[in-house]
Amino acid sequence: MSVLRRWSPFRELRHEMRRVRREMGHLFGRRGLEAPDWSAAVVSYPPVNLWEDGDFVYAEAELPGLKLQDLEITVAGDNHLTLKGMREPSAPAKAEWHRQERGFGNFERVLMLPASVDSARVEARLENGVLTIKMAKSETAKSKRIIVKAE
Amino acid sequence: MAEASAVAHKEATEVAAPEATRGGIYYSPRVDIYETADEVVLLCDMPGVKPQDLEVRFEKGELSLYGKVDPRPVSDEFLEEEYGIGDFYRSFSIGPEVDADRISAECRDGVLTVHLPKQEKVKPKRIAVKAN
Repeated sequence: MSVLRRWSPFRELRHEMRRVRREMGHLFGRRGLEAPDWSAAVVSYPPVNLWEDGDFVYAEAELPGLKLQDLEITVAGDNHLTLKGMREPSAPAKAEWHRQERGFGNFERVLMLPASVDSARVEARLENGVLTIKMAKSETAKSKRIIVKAE
Repeated sequence: MAEASAVAHKEATEVAAPEATRGGIYYSPRVDIYETADEVVLLCDMPGVKPQDLEVRFEKGELSLYGKVDPRPVSDEFLEEEYGIGDFYRSFSIGPEVDADRISAECRDGVLTVHLPKQEKVKPKRIAVKAN
């Protein structure tokens, strides 16, 4: 029996775009210039990776320096995930800056999930600055396997 | 403080500077660097790096920061993929005003902090003026 794999043209396109961006980075980076960071122009904070399996939707975000209690994670309307939080500025008042690249301040981001989830069954973990949210799909959203009986 | 290799943030890149034997693509982490009367402090975002997987080196006036990121059990079919995951590397050349023997580093919640204390002789001193 052969294994079938779903063809997803957008996935290939995304990978291709990332590759092009990386190569552009090399081109500019080598000359000591800052590579144009196009991703920053379109991506809001924090950037999120999203994926799913049969029973769960997963969201992951990089939030270095934050603790779980600094974050407000809510699921509303069964498929809107909100991440809200604050990042403290790092330097004491009497300091002279050499570089400031890490952002700080308030942020809020609302994501639309690909399936409706059960807001009572949401787990969040924040480890070494990486936030992982595991959300159980609601019963109606789960893909059902229909057993076809042979007559 | 000058940077040894200028690369974009969270963009994968091949590093031309001296590096570990293992080749490949690294992400350049974002940093904050500030100076107080006693020291220069460097804060570096390295999400996903455990403290024991960090390598902070100081050699010939160059401070290099390397963070190994464990592969995370994620799907290869992302619905949204807004950032990539991989090891971090960045290096800086450090001026002679820093006392290399007293450099210290700590890591918490994915943020590496490096303290670069200044040599006693370069610290600003207030000279008391005596009245005759």
